[in-house]
Amino acid sequence: MKRWIAFSNIFAKDMRAYYLKPPNVSWGIIFPLAWTGMFFIRSGMGIESVLELLPGVVTISILFGTTSLLSVTLTFERRNRSFERLLLAPISLETLMLAKTSGAILFGIVNAFIPIAIAAFLADMSGIAWSLVVPAIILIGIVSTFLGLFISVSASEVFEAQTFSNFFRFPMIFLCGLFFPVMSLPVYIRPLSFILPVTYGVDILHGAVNGEHILSFTLDFIILGAFCTVLFLLSLRNVKRRWIL
Amino acid sequence: MKSDGSSAIEVANLTKKYGEVVGVNDISFQVGNGELFGFLGPNGAGKTTTINLLTGLASLDAGAIKIGGIDCTRNPKAAQHLVGTVPDESNLYPELTGFENLTFCAALYGMRKNERQQRARELLETFSLTDAADRKFAGYSKGMKRKLTFAAGIIHQPPILFLDEPTTGIDVASARQVRQIIANLHRQGTTVFLTTHYIEEAERLCERIAFIVKGKIVKIDGTTELLQSVKGKNILILTVTNSEPNVTKGMASVFPQYQFEPAAPNQIRVESPEPVNIGPLTRFLEEKGIQVTEARRHLPSLEDVFVQVTGIEAGLMMKEKEKAGGGGNQ
Repeated sequence: MKRWIAFSNIFAKDMRAYYLKPPNVSWGIIFPLAWTGMFFIRSGMGIESVLELLPGVVTISILFGTTSLLSVTLTFERRNRSFERLLLAPISLETLMLAKTSGAILFGIVNAFIPIAIAAFLADMSGIAWSLVVPAIILIGIVSTFLGLFISVSASEVFEAQTFSNFFRFPMIFLCGLFFPVMSLPVYIRPLSFILPVTYGVDILHGAVNGEHILSFTLDFIILGAFCTVLFLLSLRNVKRRWIL
Repeated sequence: MKSDGSSAIEVANLTKKYGEVVGVNDISFQVGNGELFGFLGPNGAGKTTTINLLTGLASLDAGAIKIGGIDCTRNPKAAQHLVGTVPDESNLYPELTGFENLTFCAALYGMRKNERQQRARELLETFSLTDAADRKFAGYSKGMKRKLTFAAGIIHQPPILFLDEPTTGIDVASARQVRQIIANLHRQGTTVFLTTHYIEEAERLCERIAFIVKGKIVKIDGTTELLQSVKGKNILILTVTNSEPNVTKGMASVFPQYQFEPAAPNQIRVESPEPVNIGPLTRFLEEKGIQVTEARRHLPSLEDVFVQVTGIEAGLMMKEKEKAGGGGNQ
């Protein structure tokens, strides 16, 4: 019970202090809209092809929604020493880091449903396998957040965290099959795609929305789950090594 | 309140290195339940490193730690529910109000909503911060920040409290209030581990004191026992004009019955087991072209013990106080 009180209060504090601030909420809406518009204009496709772009836009919304704030807030809290206050509390490091990341996960998931809500007005979505889309969105949210956590634990300054984030995020847009199929990439680049966790989430979304996917859904889910676990454990190890000196 | 004899904190052969730099080097000590224990040393002596090791903010290289009878050597989280920590710098959330900061900190210890709100109000009252309860922490003055950080450290009424330089850099009135609160907590039975470089503060508050220099404990004893070693000494502080660097050497050769030391810029400290005869000293200095503007008898204090034990000039500690710019020794 005590652990739950601590967890829920860290989560609620972060939501109030960081994620529900008007600039972040508006950014969460504008960002997916801008990407959707950009790809529509560039591809010259009609409104009926919105579902082809949907998996990519959903993923990019989650990826940027989760990593942008988390990497900055964690580094900021460490710099102003308020993170120490959390380390001094009688809660395990696992609970603490899960509480710190749960706000980002929720923010990413909510961001994912903004392009979906927009697409619902523009296209027929009756053929979408929601039983795959929803867990895929949640897992992409978790894996992106833990990737953000891994990055922020490796950075000591806010600007470093932002630079590291972009170093991972922008190549992922092109390598993970968000807008260009992985199989259309040059053969020598494809291994890079398959070492990035988001590739597997996007594969599920493409399969669930358009029926086209490279791997079996089961394998995609297993690999995504494995990435979540590994990234979280690596981040915990780095917190212990770098932040508890 | 006196210690009941059992140990609240037990430290054995604690060592911590940061690369080539030694933070603390093989230190051992015990703090009894209900005791107010002072950890005294200049900046960089290892005071904060020790607190960080004891509270789980740093990992040890060697040694053993027990807090409240719980072995925390391998698992620093094991005793964190028993411990409150007031760090040397404020570590609360600038975007939250004073009240929100306190209730949030209480929630970290699993306190329920009504309980944490009541305790937060109580502490805001105790620290005279009620009027600032709804203001953002970022807008607080330095003294107010320090007091709220202190309040956050005791929000869960911990039986063991670590205070890292609690009065450094704050105004005289706030420092006095903080010292009063420390004394009250001690009276109520809280074990207090206090680090400070304000010698007078340690002398006034602590029952037992350890002197730490360059990561090593050089002396550890009861405050009364430490003061015994300087009792009966006659100390005179001479304030002079245009003092020369070697003047004390010259005085020592002429007056071998006395000990001379530069105390601060333009001050000479004269020490003797017998009363000091000021006339010959003044004449000697005047012959050297140095005027004595003030001669003040100095009552032996813990500072003298510190100087005697550590060999560190009192002037160095004075500089640190000036640099900190606070009301710690007021």
